[in-house]
Amino acid sequence: MRLPVARKAVGPSAPRGSEKHLVAPGDTITTDTGYMRGHGTYVDEEKLIASVAGAVERVNKLVCVKALKTRYNGEVGDIVVGRITEVQQKRWKVETNSRLDSVLLLSSMNLPGGELRRRSAEDELAMRDYLQEGDLISAEVQSVFSDGAVSLHTRSLKYGKLGQGVLVQVSPSLVKRQKTHFHDLPCGASVILGNNGFIWIYPTPEQKDEEAGGFTTSLEPVPLSDREVISRLRNCIVALVTQTLMLFDTSILYCYEASLPHQIKDILKPEVMEEIVLETRRRLLDLEG
Amino acid sequence: EDLRVDGRGCEDYRCAEVETDVVSNTSGSARVKLGHTDILVGVKAEMGTPKSEKPDEGYLEFFVDCSANATPEFEGRGGEELGTEIANTLYRVFSSESSIDLKSLCINPREHCWVLYVDVLLLECGGNLFDAISIAVKAALFNTRIPKVRVLEDEEGSKEIELSDDPYDCIRLNVDDVPCIVTLSKIGYRHVVDATLQEEACSLASLLISVTSKGALTSMKKVGKGSLDPESIFEMMETGKRVGKSLHIALQKILDEEESLGTSRQKVGFLG
Repeated sequence: MRLPVARKAVGPSAPRGSEKHLVAPGDTITTDTGYMRGHGTYVDEEKLIASVAGAVERVNKLVCVKALKTRYNGEVGDIVVGRITEVQQKRWKVETNSRLDSVLLLSSMNLPGGELRRRSAEDELAMRDYLQEGDLISAEVQSVFSDGAVSLHTRSLKYGKLGQGVLVQVSPSLVKRQKTHFHDLPCGASVILGNNGFIWIYPTPEQKDEEAGGFTTSLEPVPLSDREVISRLRNCIVALVTQTLMLFDTSILYCYEASLPHQIKDILKPEVMEEIVLETRRRLLDLEG
Repeated sequence: EDLRVDGRGCEDYRCAEVETDVVSNTSGSARVKLGHTDILVGVKAEMGTPKSEKPDEGYLEFFVDCSANATPEFEGRGGEELGTEIANTLYRVFSSESSIDLKSLCINPREHCWVLYVDVLLLECGGNLFDAISIAVKAALFNTRIPKVRVLEDEEGSKEIELSDDPYDCIRLNVDDVPCIVTLSKIGYRHVVDATLQEEACSLASLLISVTSKGALTSMKKVGKGSLDPESIFEMMETGKRVGKSLHIALQKILDEEESLGTSRQKVGFLG
């Protein structure tokens, strides 16, 4: 337990490779009228003005502004980690850090007894046995409604209720889009990088094939070595987020390896955090170059 | 096993930053950042009449403001209940006579005394409010400079109070016996010190104890819906005393270090 010396000047930021065009709401992006406007922009007196704070992205004639810190905007095929907030008649309401609560329909859920069973009244009454308020689930986005609300499905054995683990909430813009979001890290833990910014770290399950379909959660105490790995990963992710580095399996792994010489609780100290993230950034640049 | 989610042990505090003299128009101020919890305390010394039951002592008045910036629940009047609860706890903690020398705040018995208005502002809520507030209050009282006054008697007997011209001529308070609050939250079968928001959500009952630097308990309060076993209360008290003593030592070291830097200290303030 320590009170470190208080005063710290603004931390140094590592130089970026390519210059990004950063804008604030109200900044003019361009006065050229030949561009199509995308998300995050609006036209005012023949000028294209940004409505959110972020980086400008240009694809041929389309100009859009990708915001740095936003709520999650659903896209079909995204993996999300969410928490059940309500149990309604034929569906569950899931909180996914978006503007509206997401919806998980009973018909989109895997039920024991086979895939093609018609959902009966008993299934409706037994909804609470499967998922209750406060449970965490991993799911995939099936479709997006016109108002932006997202409809989820758990029609695969890899989705379902999440058991023991640690949840880290970050901004959705920091999670990199990849082919797969379920990673088994070699350090001994697994991680689910939800596109909505919810990251779930859990101990790698022993047996790979589970017949239950993801509904039974084991409440056995997790061994100390696994818990240390999970705590260290959690602190590494928090460090990466504080220094705004994109989160994907390689960056998390490099950060974990860079943090090994330090104690787990020291990772959250500002100077140690900067050192670890600098090392991670250097290794990532080496990987690219 | 002694491992929490962020790798700390059950008796470890988060990284804390303490800075005093941040607000220029107060007699003393301090800002404490404990993880995501951000507290600002300002102390203003004003002259007033002593209370009738204690005519030769000054007194302290606490006011806690939960800013709406901290969490959305504090919008409007939402933070009032929490604010009054914290203020009442601070009154209890400072109600013991040995915590602060109130007789030094007296100017004229029964007529004039110094009243210290301690204003606490919650800037951000990240768990463990009481500990951070008590650390900030102690730091602010350490930083408080009360101007020296002289009482002149006229021929007719009316008294005049004269303020000294030198702005650096002031009295400082002795904060050696000021207690700090240590919150112990019970999670499962163990108790933890300095709970984060998530840990507070998991704990059903907490014990708030105020400990002086010598390890003496001045007050105790139980919060939460759950129940506490008498044996676990005893264990928590022992842990609290131990943790409290080391907290005081660390805080005093920082305050002395800051003091020794004097005017050459670079103030970080709010934009650093």
